[in-house]
Amino acid sequence: MTHKVCVKTYRGVEANISEIARYSGARETDDNLIALINSCIAEGERENAAVYSVCYSASPLYVSGDVSTIFGVQFKSKNLAAALSGCDEALVFACTMGIGIDRLIKKYSEVNPSRALIFQAYGAERIESFTDRFLSDYAAETGKKLAGRFSPGYGDLPLEAQRDVFALLNPEKRIGVTLNDGLLMSPSKSVTAIAGIGKSLSECDKNACENCLSGCEFKR
Amino acid sequence: MDFRKFLRENNVILDGATGTELQKMGLKAGELPERWNVTKKEELIALHRAYYEACANVVSANTFGANLLHYEREELEEVIAAAIENVKTAREQSAGDQPKFIAADLGPTGKLLEPFGDLKFERAVEIFAESVKLMAKHGAEIIFIQTMNDCLETKACVLAAKENCDLPIIVTNAYGENGKLMTGATPAAMSCMLEGLGVDAVGANCSFGPKELNGVIDELLACSSLPTVFMPNAGIPENLNGKALYDVSAEDFARSVSDAVDRGVRVVGGCCGTTPEYIKLLAEKVKSKPIAQITAKNFTRISSYSHEVRFGKKPIIIGERINPTGKKRLKQALIEKDYGYALKEGALQAEKGADVLDVNVGIPDVEEVETLSETVSRLQAVVDLPLQIDTSSAAALERAMRIYNGKPLVNSVNGKEESMATVFPIVKKYGGAVIALTLDENGIPETAEGRLAVAEKILKRAKEYGVEAKDVIFDPLCMTVSADKTAALTTLKAVELIKEKTGRFTSLGISNVSFGLPERDELNSAFLLLALKSGLDAAIVNPFSERIASAIKAYNALSGYDENFSDYVAFAAKTEKKESASAAVYTLKEAVGKGFSDEAERITRTLLKEKSALDVINDEIIPALDEAGKGYEEKRIYLPGLLMSAEAAKRAFDVIKENASGAKISKCDFVIATVKGDIHDIGKNIVKLLLENYGFKVTDLGKDVPPEKIAETVIGLRAPLLGLSALMTTTVPAMEETVALVKKRAPWCKIVVGGAVMTKEYAAKMGADKYAKDAMETVRFSEEVYKNLER
Repeated sequence: MTHKVCVKTYRGVEANISEIARYSGARETDDNLIALINSCIAEGERENAAVYSVCYSASPLYVSGDVSTIFGVQFKSKNLAAALSGCDEALVFACTMGIGIDRLIKKYSEVNPSRALIFQAYGAERIESFTDRFLSDYAAETGKKLAGRFSPGYGDLPLEAQRDVFALLNPEKRIGVTLNDGLLMSPSKSVTAIAGIGKSLSECDKNACENCLSGCEFKR
Repeated sequence: MDFRKFLRENNVILDGATGTELQKMGLKAGELPERWNVTKKEELIALHRAYYEACANVVSANTFGANLLHYEREELEEVIAAAIENVKTAREQSAGDQPKFIAADLGPTGKLLEPFGDLKFERAVEIFAESVKLMAKHGAEIIFIQTMNDCLETKACVLAAKENCDLPIIVTNAYGENGKLMTGATPAAMSCMLEGLGVDAVGANCSFGPKELNGVIDELLACSSLPTVFMPNAGIPENLNGKALYDVSAEDFARSVSDAVDRGVRVVGGCCGTTPEYIKLLAEKVKSKPIAQITAKNFTRISSYSHEVRFGKKPIIIGERINPTGKKRLKQALIEKDYGYALKEGALQAEKGADVLDVNVGIPDVEEVETLSETVSRLQAVVDLPLQIDTSSAAALERAMRIYNGKPLVNSVNGKEESMATVFPIVKKYGGAVIALTLDENGIPETAEGRLAVAEKILKRAKEYGVEAKDVIFDPLCMTVSADKTAALTTLKAVELIKEKTGRFTSLGISNVSFGLPERDELNSAFLLLALKSGLDAAIVNPFSERIASAIKAYNALSGYDENFSDYVAFAAKTEKKESASAAVYTLKEAVGKGFSDEAERITRTLLKEKSALDVINDEIIPALDEAGKGYEEKRIYLPGLLMSAEAAKRAFDVIKENASGAKISKCDFVIATVKGDIHDIGKNIVKLLLENYGFKVTDLGKDVPPEKIAETVIGLRAPLLGLSALMTTTVPAMEETVALVKKRAPWCKIVVGGAVMTKEYAAKMGADKYAKDAMETVRFSEEVYKNLER
């Protein structure tokens, strides 16, 4: 019998204005920017662009050296193996904000680029906030602890691992997330990741941002 | 027996799930199910046979994912041939004397079509076409397109089926929890498009159980004139302690689904989680029922990728702004293949309340086939309104209708034999509604009666071409009153007469009535009201005209079309706000600095009355832009603030361009692109906006652009500057390749590169002239290059 994949839909997680500002490149906000962000949030909600879908499945986990085996699929990555250390299961998931946000970004790229910038930031904030909510709900419902999530393309886990994650979850059919030839996802505000599940994980290690080695401009 | 005949005369029982049954037998995730047609023949035959013996009329071959994206050509034929062979064998072996048919399934490719994904429309058609040909060759009797969750992909698949076989076509879509497809289409929109395309039955499958899908089915039943198909899951897949269950029992399933037959559903079956037992119980319940009644709805309707627009309710407002006649800027933009201007006009008309947008890009010397289809496809990415495809070129019409996402309105056909012989077959094939002008070889009849006679002739010929009367809308044509004072009255009479005698809907281009006269808006809005009173159903107008907008709002409010006057009240509130708005007083420099676009536009208009364009630019706009740029570099202003200023400046420049013709303000050419393989373009768009404000003539090649195209464009323009953007490590090689090619073929060109993964060292290594960390740095570098050019 093959593994089962669950689907969930979320809405109503409140938008975080300062995070949206941060993703848009602003380290501080003024009234002008807050007004713009609020008007974009209102439009996003009106256009139903704030609905999050996720499909997921939990697998027993075997880590041996650099190789993590999940649902019989071997992922070869030192960084992933490290992220999963101390875990005995792995939660594999794919999630998306859907195509509505891409439409808003596309429209405003033509009509009003500052709104496009904010919608881009809004989409980034939305998918992160909803994913945090999904993972904390998952932990609460199962009574288990989750390690930080790890995505194809992070560290030494090649982007090609997307193909394996897609084969495991079939998110095309379940939540409408598709993989382009260049291994990018459409809709663009989509995430795939693997999170370790363990009994005795510490609460740290939650956020991939602080742990990331890159000096990217969005780093907290 | 012929399936089409059977479908006309009977309720039809489909089979249940194949995929979830194969999983029970051990099919693994990621394993291609169609390979089992060859390797596990006996299991497949047994399953198909069980469905026939459960009394199914139609059993689907296991070909859901059998397409060129998953199989090489040779294996594709092998799995499709085996799939159909297996159902044939099952049919021969099975007990039961009900009529039995073999369907071949076609599921989605799993890729999203352009522009939001990377699958090209014609490639999707090709992929499906190959499968359809093999299915027909190996004996399929029905093409069953199912679980499609995108409107455009559904259309690609239907076209592939229609163009490669004559088999009956059933289409079912997978609707989400909001009752729409994942890309936004309502059941009514799907029904509208699919009916236009001439499929045989339309419905819903998968996603949920029967109860959750009832709303979708009822919406289909309310608008569809075709047999409705209902094929739900055995409930919602639900995870309980790691075990997935489909929670609707066979008995409950059979009851709910067969109840739908009483409401008019003609074709029933099961999707994920259903088994032969479900189908057996369902068939027993349906057997005792009379044939479901299907009523021809006779609706005149068109659709976009998201919703339908139906004639005969409140007046339909068709925006006329995307038409180069008399519009210099649009003409120029189209010649330069700059689609942004048209898209902006489209989005703004939608904001102003247009229901449909007319799209006309006919300019002498501009290749219309590509320009029209590009404009249509790009517009559909930014507005959700149905479009009216307006062209006199048959080739452009055919191409645009083909790629159009939904069921378009076509403008136009007329009573000339040549026009009808050209337009009707295209409308028939791609499924549109068409505006018919009441003129023919003898010109425009002078009387209303004469125009009615032409309309009647057109209806007769439409029928002969297979275009239904409901898809023809008459435009009785309005001449200018300045040439003939009875022109308006004759047209109004023709509207009434044509409606009364043919029962068809009418549409009019309003603005023509006032041609050659002053204060045209006054005449246009009065004529519009008279025409609406005469029964006009759709009007082509300028939605930006406040007189027209207020006439429409008032008409709807007074005619009972505006529930609780909510539209009117909202409109009035906006008007009042506008009047009291300009309380704060800014200089143009301040407005640009603060990023107040509306203010900037208004002040520029006033300033231009007293100052020259050049003074406005040099005294106000440029200093404000410099100030913002400096603030950004010193980290006092952040990216959103910089962009808002840039936009306000652009609005001011737009006003100047409109008013001061000949004010040459552009510096040199700058070609910009995101490199091949990369689809990120926000950063690139910001750089473009800033460069334009600083006077550079930017040619934007978009994203995912091959090196050759970039090099050719640079050479063609002999551009001194090229900007490249790459956001991902995986696309850096494409940037290297592009830099090398351009350096070789256009050594004069300075190349500036940027993007999240780029560094100064990397840029130098690949031979770029400059690494710019942000948009302002690109501007500064470009100014330097430009200065050196001038020397």
